[in-house]
Amino acid sequence: MITAAVQEREHYLNQSYGIKSWLLTKDHKRIGLLYLFTVTLFFFLGGAFATMIRIELLTPTGNFVSSETYNKLFTMHGVAMVFFFLIPSIPATLGNFFLPMMIGARDLAFPRINLLSWYLLVIGGAFSLFAMLAGGVDTGWTFYTPYSTTYSNTWVIATALGIFIAGFSSILTGLNFIVTVHRMRAPGMTWMRMPLFVWSTYATSLIQVLGTPVLAVTIVLLFCERVFHIGIFDPNLGGDPVLFQHLFWFYSHPAVYIMVLPAMGIISEVVSVFSRKPPFGYIFIAYASMAIAVLGFLVWGHHLFVATQSVYAGLVFSFLSYFVAIPSAIKVFNWTATLYKGSISFATPMLYAFGFIGLFTIGGLTGLFVAALGFDVHVTDTYFVVAHFHYIMVGGTIMAYLAGLHYWWPKMTGRMYPEGWARLSALVIFLGFNLTFFPQFILGYLGMPRRYHVYPDEFQVLHVLSTAGASVLAVGYLMPMIYFVWSLRYGKIAGANPWGATGLEWKTASPPPLHNFDEMPVVTHEAYDYSTVIGEEVQVG
Amino acid sequence: MASEVHADGESLALREQFDTAAQQKDASTLGMWIFLITEVMFFGGMFLAYTVYRRTYPEIFAIASSSLNVYIGAANTVVLLCSSFTMVMAVRAAQLGRTKGIVLFLILTLLLGGVFLGVKAYEWNEKFQEHHIPGPSFHLEGLAPDQQGHAQLFFSLYFAMTGLHALHMVIGAGLLGVLIWQARRGRFSAEYMTPVDLTGLYWHFVDIIWIFLFPLLYLIDRHLK
Repeated sequence: MITAAVQEREHYLNQSYGIKSWLLTKDHKRIGLLYLFTVTLFFFLGGAFATMIRIELLTPTGNFVSSETYNKLFTMHGVAMVFFFLIPSIPATLGNFFLPMMIGARDLAFPRINLLSWYLLVIGGAFSLFAMLAGGVDTGWTFYTPYSTTYSNTWVIATALGIFIAGFSSILTGLNFIVTVHRMRAPGMTWMRMPLFVWSTYATSLIQVLGTPVLAVTIVLLFCERVFHIGIFDPNLGGDPVLFQHLFWFYSHPAVYIMVLPAMGIISEVVSVFSRKPPFGYIFIAYASMAIAVLGFLVWGHHLFVATQSVYAGLVFSFLSYFVAIPSAIKVFNWTATLYKGSISFATPMLYAFGFIGLFTIGGLTGLFVAALGFDVHVTDTYFVVAHFHYIMVGGTIMAYLAGLHYWWPKMTGRMYPEGWARLSALVIFLGFNLTFFPQFILGYLGMPRRYHVYPDEFQVLHVLSTAGASVLAVGYLMPMIYFVWSLRYGKIAGANPWGATGLEWKTASPPPLHNFDEMPVVTHEAYDYSTVIGEEVQVG
Repeated sequence: MASEVHADGESLALREQFDTAAQQKDASTLGMWIFLITEVMFFGGMFLAYTVYRRTYPEIFAIASSSLNVYIGAANTVVLLCSSFTMVMAVRAAQLGRTKGIVLFLILTLLLGGVFLGVKAYEWNEKFQEHHIPGPSFHLEGLAPDQQGHAQLFFSLYFAMTGLHALHMVIGAGLLGVLIWQARRGRFSAEYMTPVDLTGLYWHFVDIIWIFLFPLLYLIDRHLK
């Protein structure tokens, strides 16, 4: 009987049907799902490139692909994953869907711009995809000059143009979120009552708005240099190729925080809900997000320790890089303290969150290693760095993204995912991830350089371990893909608030009505006041 | 009659995600300011490149800069400042709800913007004739062969920066065109004039970019003969 009632109710998914109702939608929830679909596509594309890389690295000789192809593989893996999956992943899907709901708004401030930014991502993605199909690009995802401007004869311009266009998608999303948080909060939703996911997404938006234009102008200059040979990065005319690296990392280091800040926001939500305790030190977590956003802009020079940067500048950037670890550590300690004496439930989102905390801690600590000048000289351009940033981006961002997807899946679709399978996937991904990337720390420390597909025999054992781990990881990622789709039809019907959570998004039906709330919410208490949801216990299968 | 039109216009203009017209105007204005901040960062990359190379090659940049025609540049600066003034007058007319005034001042702004672009095109054309375009045939008189590349850097930055600025002017002119068309159809009133206001902000921003470009490219280290 309840089932029938749920099916008859009007919500954002059955309000209208047909391809046009999706492609021309201005509903932030539908746009969030469009993004989900798009970034999932790029995730599996990037994953396919990664698979080929790992297969090649099984043996010390290059017998699966040629050197040229290998260069293209790791470049396109990076481009697809960084620009078309990681950066839009959490903000543009879960942020789009839940930021307005969490502050009690009917939609984002600019729904048409929101749809435009999805189209920009698709158009940018199409350009880069075209470049990949037409023959690929081999510069590395960093497009360092003068190789990218003078020597590479692959599809640099088409790929860079795709990233340029996708950058505007990111800028417009950030702009939309900032205005929404400032101007669209429900009555009573003060800044200090905002959920931490909103805080961290807000901080992310600041980086998107301030950083991405610099990447855009860098790509413009790269374009001018490659097409017109204007000399700006060309030492023959007195230009400086390292200037490109400065400009590139001025965006691309903060871009790491575009990836990890929203992930931290999800962890703050999930850890609190599944310990049934308000986050320890709410204010500290909120301000730590802002501190990371600001400090993140001051550390780009640690990518240039061996690139003709002065020792003095190196010292300053090294110090600042240590400094940015403080707000990150504050968050990890606060999540841990939130668990203390909490009523902990090991539901799937929580398992993913635990995975995040462990992997992010390893990624963060090794970040301190490479921020130290002397050690960094030893491991620059080795697998140590590869392992470090994969612990942050894959171990951090993707674990949190999956935590968030599981956590909010009932709200988005009105269905529960199968809990047993989901827990298993969290375990498989955690094990597969460590097996893939922990050996790479050792490889790098022993001197295995990144971006080579031929290596000395003594490294083979560790490479085989890593490839084996990648296979486990691939299985782990396919599992949610399958059971999420399965759950759309066969999943248990979800109630409005299956986790006993306190956020406004759980105060409305699942899936939510077109304008999110049947009547506008008025906020009268703090974000994580569990006394308001007594009796609504976490329901785990 | 007039009040009916704007009351109707307002209800048409209030989008469903907002509660009040004031909230909508606030949000749009904040959005525009944030957009302008992104523009500052966008131009900032080029200003940085300019600063780096100006510091690396100060003498050659001064010589290259002296080859620009400072009088034309100054005249063009005046034209652009006047266009900002007429833009302010258009916004003022919109605040007072004077449709004819909006149309008149927007057209004046568009014309002045057109003059600026015309003069700019003339200047660029001169550069072509003088072989000051970066490329194989680049040549600046009075410099040794090994200094030509450094001088070419100046002109690369000159064209990149003024070109990007001109592109923003063209976009601004397009926005003005749309506004003129809308204003003639009585779209704006004292209560609803956000597009005029925001286009004004954009126009002034593009103006300010030029206010920085002019001294950087034309004036520093220059000694009028």
